[in-house]
Amino acid sequence: MDRFRMIFQYFQSNSESVMNGICGLLALASVKMYTSFDFSCPCLPQYNMAYGLGIMFVPPVILFLCGLILNRQSLVMLEEWRRPQGRRKKDLAVIRYMCSSIMQRAMVAPVVWIVVTLLDGKCLICAFSGSMDPEKFVGFANVSTAQVQQLLAKVPCKDDELVRNSTSRKAVSRYLRCWSQALGWSILLILIIAAFLARWLRPCFNQATLLQVRHWSNYIDIEQKIFEETCCEHSRLFAHKCILHFFESMRQEIKLHSFTLPGEGKGAEGEEDFLWGITDQDQVNKLLKTWYYEKPPLDVS
Amino acid sequence: MDKFRMIFQFFQSNQESFMNGICGIMALASTQMYSAFDFNCPCLPHYNLAYGLGILLVPPFILFLLGFVLNNNISMLAEEWRRPQGQRGKDPAVLRYMFCSMAQRAMIAPVVWVSVTLLDGKCITCAFCTSVPVETLGNASHPRLTQGEMQRVLARIPCKEIYNGQQLIANEVAVRYLRCISQALGWCFVLLMTTLAFLVRSLRPCFSQAAFLKSRYWSHYIDIERKLFDETCAEHARSFAKVCIQQFFEGMSMDLVAARCHLPRKAPADAGEAAEKLLGITDRGTMNMALKSWHRCKPALQLHPPALPTGNGWVGEGQPPMHPSTPRRETAAYYSWV
Repeated sequence: MDRFRMIFQYFQSNSESVMNGICGLLALASVKMYTSFDFSCPCLPQYNMAYGLGIMFVPPVILFLCGLILNRQSLVMLEEWRRPQGRRKKDLAVIRYMCSSIMQRAMVAPVVWIVVTLLDGKCLICAFSGSMDPEKFVGFANVSTAQVQQLLAKVPCKDDELVRNSTSRKAVSRYLRCWSQALGWSILLILIIAAFLARWLRPCFNQATLLQVRHWSNYIDIEQKIFEETCCEHSRLFAHKCILHFFESMRQEIKLHSFTLPGEGKGAEGEEDFLWGITDQDQVNKLLKTWYYEKPPLDVS
Repeated sequence: MDKFRMIFQFFQSNQESFMNGICGIMALASTQMYSAFDFNCPCLPHYNLAYGLGILLVPPFILFLLGFVLNNNISMLAEEWRRPQGQRGKDPAVLRYMFCSMAQRAMIAPVVWVSVTLLDGKCITCAFCTSVPVETLGNASHPRLTQGEMQRVLARIPCKEIYNGQQLIANEVAVRYLRCISQALGWCFVLLMTTLAFLVRSLRPCFSQAAFLKSRYWSHYIDIERKLFDETCAEHARSFAKVCIQQFFEGMSMDLVAARCHLPRKAPADAGEAAEKLLGITDRGTMNMALKSWHRCKPALQLHPPALPTGNGWVGEGQPPMHPSTPRRETAAYYSWV
């Protein structure tokens, strides 16, 4: 039992750190995905907004779902939520605590993606260049309405022949990037302040309830792990017994068919245990064939 | 058995992580394959579509099959599926569980390939460049071309060096348009797959948890039973071989003694284990004959039963019951010749 105790203490202390590790890995993966993704604004009037906002919001949803899928505790929480009450009452506070801790961890990677996107600026420039007021920019002020939409849509594409050397394009681009970065830093500041306040003010409210709820959520997690361990141990013992019974029944059958005298075979106890009375090629072949064609019943009583 | 127990617990707890590891390696291998592959669009009207869609769809199929081939449990599934019923009923739920978990893992590398291909954009650009809407994106003032001519010009869009339709439609405009569509498709595909995976994983505890626990237990049981049976057969084979070889050496020793008419020397009481291990073969000629005989005339796969119980063996030997083969050997020599 000592070995089990050590293993479970390991799981207890490391369940949180495993989840934090996965959370961190997903955040790094999201930065890596953004840098390796080849952002390519279509520079067409109707498509820019859809593309820009799509790149800003669809990958965070994907990362959020990945965060939920990769977190083992979400399954534990769902099972606890949906199980029939039986003889153990359900504590909604525990389920709520587990849910909020899962959500907090799953939100990290999407927030990282959105902040990185805003600080980089390409998405916002692509999405909102067509919505700019042309009057504010010298190069676009005297152009006809139909043309100005085309030109504004081409602002994100630096190498397009129409806007290649236009100073107004650079002005629009700088303006939008400035807004994008301001938004990015503001969001980051607000989130950090919120996290700081939540962590510092939590002990002021309901600390005792929090301790209880955290204890029982850990308990549910460990109980499930131990149950799986015990099932593995049980299935190993079951298989061991089943195979022993099978070899024993083969030995009985061979004894029955080979008419050996009852006094023989008692001498070599050690080897007999491993040989099971199966001492020639035909007997071994018969054993293997019987194993395939007639597996023993799942009954070791 | 303790050692085996620890090994099996290791395999059991790590079987899942081992399979997940293979899955992750295949996903990385598929991105590496894609970046190492030299995509080469033919830039001809009818070949583009075939090439582009072929690169998009054929490697995922290969990766899917490879996922099954690399999975050790496929033979276990096939065996369980095809075995005769015998005394043990078959549970289709267990077979379904095993197949589903294998298929889910095998799907990851193909999904990664398709996502990377769509997000990169080269395949879709190559496949659908002839379908670009020239009326909206192109220059309206360009004189009309015949359908065939237009197809040929548009087919060259992915190949910038030979593109000659700059007046019809700018190359960058067309490439950006196609790439935008391709990336939108790619992100939607990834979102769809992730949502499916999320639904599969989260709906299971809500609907069929008891059946799931049962199927999982019995599929692990089948796996462990197979491993344990192999181990037991290996132990049996080891004991079989040991006794067979001992009986071979005894046979050799008896033949040699008979050939030379030596009386069997009674081993002194304090000879120790070394003399026992020599098995009656004590010179070069004898050993060479034993080796030659082993090569030319291997013994039959049939062990002789012990002749008599070891009550009246050597008085002075005092063999402990833990070495049952040794008294058997000396008993046989004694009873054969005296």
